[in-house]
Amino acid sequence: MTPTDTKPSENLNIVIVGHVDHGKSTLLGRLYADTGSLPDGKLEKVQAICKQQGKEFEYAFLFDAFLEEQEQGITIDTARTFFMWKGRQYIIIDAPGHKEFLKNMISGAARAEAALLLIDALEGVKEQSKKHGYLLSLLGVRQFAVVVNKMDLVGYRQDVFDGIEKEYREFLGQFKAVPSQFIPVSAKLGDNIANRSATMSWYSGPTVLETLGGFGKEAARSEQPLRLPVQDVYKFDARRIITGRITAGQLKVGDHLVFSPSNKRANIRTVEAFNVEPQPTAGQAGQSIGVTLDEQIFVERGEIASTQDHLPQLSTAFRANVFWLGKRPLEKGRKYLLRVATKEVDCEVASIHRIIDTMDLAQQQGSSAVSKNQVAELTLRTKVPVAFDLSASFESTGRFVLVDEYDIAGGGIITELVHDDQEFLREEARRRDFAWIKGEVTVEDRAQQYGHRAAVVLMTGGRHTGKSFLARKLEGRLVADGRHAYLLDGENLRRGLDADLSEAERGQTTEMARRYGEVARLLTDTGLIVVSTTNPFGLAYREAAEAIRTLVHPVPVIAVHMSKTTEEPPPSTDVILTGPTDFDAATAKVLDELKRRGVLAKAIGAKPVFQYSI
Amino acid sequence: MKHLRQLEDQSVYIFREAYKHFDNLAMLWSMGKDSTVLLWLARKAFFGHVPFPLLHVDTSYKIPAMIEYRDRLAREWGLNLVVGQNKEALAAGMNHEMGRVVCCTALKTNGLKQLLETKGYTGVILGVRADEEGTRAKERYFSPRDKHGDWDFRDQPPELWDQYKTTFPPGTHIRIHPLLDWTEINIWEYIKLENIPFIDLYLDKGDGTRYRSLGCAPCTTPIKSTAKNVDDIIEELRHTTVAERSGRAQDEGRGMELLRKDGYM
Repeated sequence: MTPTDTKPSENLNIVIVGHVDHGKSTLLGRLYADTGSLPDGKLEKVQAICKQQGKEFEYAFLFDAFLEEQEQGITIDTARTFFMWKGRQYIIIDAPGHKEFLKNMISGAARAEAALLLIDALEGVKEQSKKHGYLLSLLGVRQFAVVVNKMDLVGYRQDVFDGIEKEYREFLGQFKAVPSQFIPVSAKLGDNIANRSATMSWYSGPTVLETLGGFGKEAARSEQPLRLPVQDVYKFDARRIITGRITAGQLKVGDHLVFSPSNKRANIRTVEAFNVEPQPTAGQAGQSIGVTLDEQIFVERGEIASTQDHLPQLSTAFRANVFWLGKRPLEKGRKYLLRVATKEVDCEVASIHRIIDTMDLAQQQGSSAVSKNQVAELTLRTKVPVAFDLSASFESTGRFVLVDEYDIAGGGIITELVHDDQEFLREEARRRDFAWIKGEVTVEDRAQQYGHRAAVVLMTGGRHTGKSFLARKLEGRLVADGRHAYLLDGENLRRGLDADLSEAERGQTTEMARRYGEVARLLTDTGLIVVSTTNPFGLAYREAAEAIRTLVHPVPVIAVHMSKTTEEPPPSTDVILTGPTDFDAATAKVLDELKRRGVLAKAIGAKPVFQYSI
Repeated sequence: MKHLRQLEDQSVYIFREAYKHFDNLAMLWSMGKDSTVLLWLARKAFFGHVPFPLLHVDTSYKIPAMIEYRDRLAREWGLNLVVGQNKEALAAGMNHEMGRVVCCTALKTNGLKQLLETKGYTGVILGVRADEEGTRAKERYFSPRDKHGDWDFRDQPPELWDQYKTTFPPGTHIRIHPLLDWTEINIWEYIKLENIPFIDLYLDKGDGTRYRSLGCAPCTTPIKSTAKNVDDIIEELRHTTVAERSGRAQDEGRGMELLRKDGYM
């Protein structure tokens, strides 16, 4: 056989997985040899090395490139190889089967559009056969065939093959995975790889090569609603370009985009590209693109652009299936970095519901940690709200990785939104922002005029910690410096705006905080730096601060926590002041934080340099 | 053509991830065909701009036409070119006759390490491809190097979907490989598709030979070929079964595994 060398029309990524020693690398080597895809001299070179080392030649050595891999006869890391067959370029990923190298197997499988899963006819279904089958499903590889290898060692018997098919189908059925085919082969001898086996006449299905040809490109994600996670915002020249990869749907010039979670909106003015004539006017799923907008809105990496009628989910919590690869176990209470699409945010495990043993899918409950190579169902809680999707609806925006210190240590798919206590306020903010009537003066105009961005400085803490005093001092200092600042005191709301509330309602935080937050939102829309305290809420300041934050979002909130003794500040506190306060030093600290967050320019009098519009 | 756009989209995504996450980013430029496509993809990703320096580790043994081509393109495209050289080793008379691995280690690996150390780059973009040779087939898109610049291929970090390793301890750096999924044919197909200027050493200019892979003059030999333009090259590659790097002496024996473990490109 010789490879057909017509021009490729597409690429297809295939991964080969299965238990250690079940013959993955051998299958790959055989596939290449039998289709004439090996470069001249490759076979001879490997044969010579084998001879020199005094061992029998194996096809596996063709791709196990590391000395150690050849010496131990195992694959350590995923190798990518290429071959052309019938107008398609295959990128074949040979994944290791040894359980030590599960992270490498997962890295390989995560790139694949289809898979071949190998099972040794003599050994039957083993631990990693099951684990890999389950992980393929979890990783979203729905297209796969099961290859029963080493049929020569069981005398090419059909009953052995049928037994394995029955057992493995039952296992896969538990999580609704359905392979396209079971194929009996001998990779070593070349039966049913590229050529039909002469000894297994009882099998009339496709060979491995024919099966590869039968795998299709994944269903067109372009038909789904739009998802464009913002990757970066560039301003190399006069154009301010929002870039990202469209993970679902399509867009065109003139489309109205909504960015979540900031709720910012604008229309696409242009689609930008280098060396493309004429300039494109549309884009679709899979493309890395750049667009400019008709309005100078401040959007940043991590937001997801969509249309207004198909918004992504928003919450600070979700339920997920996670596989863990970290050297340290995944524990409750520890901080991890969550990465969903292009968003990076601190998170922690709120609860571990169960650990799933991939050998028999048995569930173990009441565990406080997930060990390396385990799969678990858990709830994750993020520090700030994130936009995401359920993986059943959107693949790319419905999955995530967890970073422990410097390393990606696990990954998972989002199965369920978990409602948090800010849900109603967030929904209110969304509805209000979408319907917001804008004047002719833009937020950008005000910022340029005032020399600073709008912001909320919020002092939290118990009674008599000096919040009110610091707020007054800060307001005075900002105004003296020529800033536009205003002290929003809760007392002024209590007797006016809140006058209609009953005594009981005034005792509860919810409605008071909602009104306070909406007033702050209006004031920031005028371009002011609002200085305020949680004084009206007494000891319920944690709850109130959360509500205010949700309602003024995405205006920056600089949270300052004051206490007489060391205590745990509310989440997302920026400045912590403990013990007796030196108010001049404290004011300076808050001013520094305002500069760090880009609200104020570095020097008084100077116009701030805005990296982006606001 | 569709497959080339798929590769382009993936590479552009990788470039933008690199630019977002690494403050001190640089790109290696060897003036070969892969580097040429790499540079073009950078301009694709950044809408005509190349917002980081291009590094060339000059062994002093490069084919002179390559240096001329380098300086010309740097001028015409306004590139920020940084040239590094292991002057100490050259002063001590290092050359390929002292041993190929020895020479490559001194002039390329160590030359590169010196350059990275002096400039403090934490992210380095390279044009290596998985189909070039065995150890590169096992690379990640974002591949960490330790304090000594060494590659621990036994313990590579997981790489899931479009999430790459972008955090790293101080003193270490990350090698970024946007071309990992491209094959030699893809490179030429793309050069044709985008009409990218490339160095003419890759073409037969009448003597029936051309370079298929470019390196140092003493260790790179031309192949027999009558390919006079990009179409000829693509046609030739569709039918050849000779390995791309068969003209590269450093690939003999276990050369590349040893070199790359110690931080070679």
